[in-house]
Amino acid sequence: MSGLSEPSAVGAEEPPASGLPDPTAPLTATGSLRRRAAVSRALEVTATGSALLAVAVFCIVIYTVVSRGAGAISFSFLTTDPTGIGTGGIAPAIVGSAVIVAIATAIAMPLGVLIALYLIEFAGRRSGRVVRMALDLTNGLPTVVVAIMVYGLIVVGSGDSAIAASIALAIVMLPLIARSSHQVLLLVPGTLREASDALGVSRWRGVLGVVLPSALGGIVTATILAAARAAGETVPILLLSSLVTSNDVQINPLHAVSAMPLTIYTDFNDGVPAAVTQAWGTALVLMAIILAANIGARMFLARNRSRLGL
Amino acid sequence: MALCAFAAILTIVIIVEVAYQVITGASPAISRYGLAFVWNTAWKPNLYIFGAGEMLFATLVTSAMALVLATPLGVAIGLFLSLLAPRPLRTVIGPLIEMLAAIPSIIIGLWGVIVLAPFVQEHLEPWLHSWFGFIPIFGPQQTTGLSVFTAGLVLTIMVVPIVASLSRDLFLAVPKELQDGAAALGATRWEVIRGVVLPTTASGVIAAALLALGRALGEAVAVALVIGGGSVIHASVFEPGTSVAARIINEITSLDNKLHLAALFYLALILLVIGVLTNLAAQAIARRVGGDQAMLVR
Repeated sequence: MSGLSEPSAVGAEEPPASGLPDPTAPLTATGSLRRRAAVSRALEVTATGSALLAVAVFCIVIYTVVSRGAGAISFSFLTTDPTGIGTGGIAPAIVGSAVIVAIATAIAMPLGVLIALYLIEFAGRRSGRVVRMALDLTNGLPTVVVAIMVYGLIVVGSGDSAIAASIALAIVMLPLIARSSHQVLLLVPGTLREASDALGVSRWRGVLGVVLPSALGGIVTATILAAARAAGETVPILLLSSLVTSNDVQINPLHAVSAMPLTIYTDFNDGVPAAVTQAWGTALVLMAIILAANIGARMFLARNRSRLGL
Repeated sequence: MALCAFAAILTIVIIVEVAYQVITGASPAISRYGLAFVWNTAWKPNLYIFGAGEMLFATLVTSAMALVLATPLGVAIGLFLSLLAPRPLRTVIGPLIEMLAAIPSIIIGLWGVIVLAPFVQEHLEPWLHSWFGFIPIFGPQQTTGLSVFTAGLVLTIMVVPIVASLSRDLFLAVPKELQDGAAALGATRWEVIRGVVLPTTASGVIAAALLALGRALGEAVAVALVIGGGSVIHASVFEPGTSVAARIINEITSLDNKLHLAALFYLALILLVIGVLTNLAAQAIARRVGGDQAMLVR
C-alpha cells in the first residue's frame, strides 16, 4: 500500500498555520456586532450570487445551443451523408467521432487500470511517487501540445489518420482513468484482499478475481467521463485527422475520418448561414451525448456507492 | 506484475516522448532564432520572420485575467457548495457547475462568438471604458466583441468549475470541530471562514488556482474563436490578439514552409515549458498540504 495516507485529511488536521503570524487574529472580535453580522451576510450573498452566476452561464449556454441547433436536427440530419457545404447530414461525423473515441478508450482504459493497479499493488514509495507525478504532468499538458507531439510522431511521416487522433486522445484520457481508478481501488477493503491471500490465491488471481470486480463500477464511471471529455476535444482531430477526402461514412482508422468537433469548427469558420446552422445542430448532438454520458456516469456511480455502502 | 510495470513506465515514456518530439520538431527554429524567438514580435511566415512575443503576451493576459476572475469566483462557489448552501440546493447546483466543465471548449467558443462577444461589445466595453477609461487597458469600444477581453472571459467560464469543485472538496475536509469551536466563541460565519477554513486550505486553493491557470494557458480552440486574430500588442484589452495555442491550430493546416512548421513546434515548446512549470508548482504546493493523492486529477 506504499504508505498512502487518507486522502486530503492530513493537511486539515495539522494546526492551521505554520507560517501565519497569529492564527487567531481574524477571530478577534472587532467592531460592533451589527457590522460583523453585515460583513458575514455580505459574504453569504456574494457566494450565493457567484454560484447562481455560474448556473446562469451554464443555462444560457445550453439554451443557446438548443435554440439554435434544434432547427437543424432531424432524422435525416443524423443518418445521411453531407451533400455540400452545410447541406445534408452529419452521419460521417457521428460515426467518425465514435470510431476515434472507441479506439482511444480501447488504448487508455486497460493502460489506465494497469497503472492504477501498479500504484496500489506493486509500487514502492519512490516509484509510486514518480508515476503519480508523471500522471499529473500528463494531465496538465495542453491538448495542443499532445496533438503536436503526435503530429511530429505520425502525421509528418504518414499523413492524417483517425488512429493518430485516437492516440492523442488516449494520452488525454490516460491520467484521468488512471487516477480515478487508483482512488476507487484505494477504497477496496483490505479484508477482501487478505481473505483471498489467506485462501492461498496467487497475487494475480486475487487482483483479477477480487480486487478488480469490486472496483469495476468506479472504473467504468471514470472511463465514461474520460471518453466524454475526449469526444469534445477539437484540437487533436483538427491537427491529426482533418484532411477528410470523402463525404461518406468512413470507418477505416488508417485514414482521416470526420468527427463532430471538426464539423462544428470547419462549418462555423465557413460562415455560410447553412453551414453555421449545421454547426449548431452538430454542437447540440455532441453536447447532448456528452451531458447524457456525464449524467449517466454520475447516476451509475451513486447507485454503485449506495450498493457498496460507501 | 510485468504488465503493470510496463504501463507505469509508459507514463514516463509519454512525458519524455512529448518533450522529445516537440524539441526535435522545433530544433530548426531554435537553431535559427535562438531564445530571442520568445520575445520577438514579428510573425511573417512567408518572409521567414518568426517571433512569439505578441502571442505570448495575449496568452499571458487572457490567462491572468482568467486567474484573477476565476479564483475568487471559484472559491466563493466552493464556499457556497461546502458550507453555506442547504443540502438540497447543494446536490442540484454542485452537479450543474461540474457539468459546465464538461461542455466541450468548442461549444463554449461558439457561444462566446455568438452571444458573449456582442454582449461584451455593446454593454461591457462602453461601461468599463466610461468608468475606468483612464486606465489604458480599458480602451474605447471596438467594432466587434472579438478581443483579448472576451477570450479572458471565456477562459474564466471554463476554469471556474475547476477551482470551484477542487476548493469545495478542500473546504469539506476542514474538520467540523474546528469550525464549531470558532462558532461557539461567537465568530460569525464569515469569521469562521476567514479564521479557520481559509487558512487551513490556503495552499490547496493556490494549487487549484495554478491548475486552472495551466488549463487556461493551453486552451486553444475556444480562444482561437473569440480572440479575434490580431497580431499587434495593444494596451487595451478590447483589441483583438492571437494566443500561442490559437496560432498553432490556425496555421498548422496551411504551412508556408518547413521553417513555419518548426516555428509552430517552438510555440508548442513554449506552451509545454510553461505548462510543466505551472503543474510542478501546483504539485509541490499540493504535496505540502498532503493532499497529493486526491487532489490534482478529477
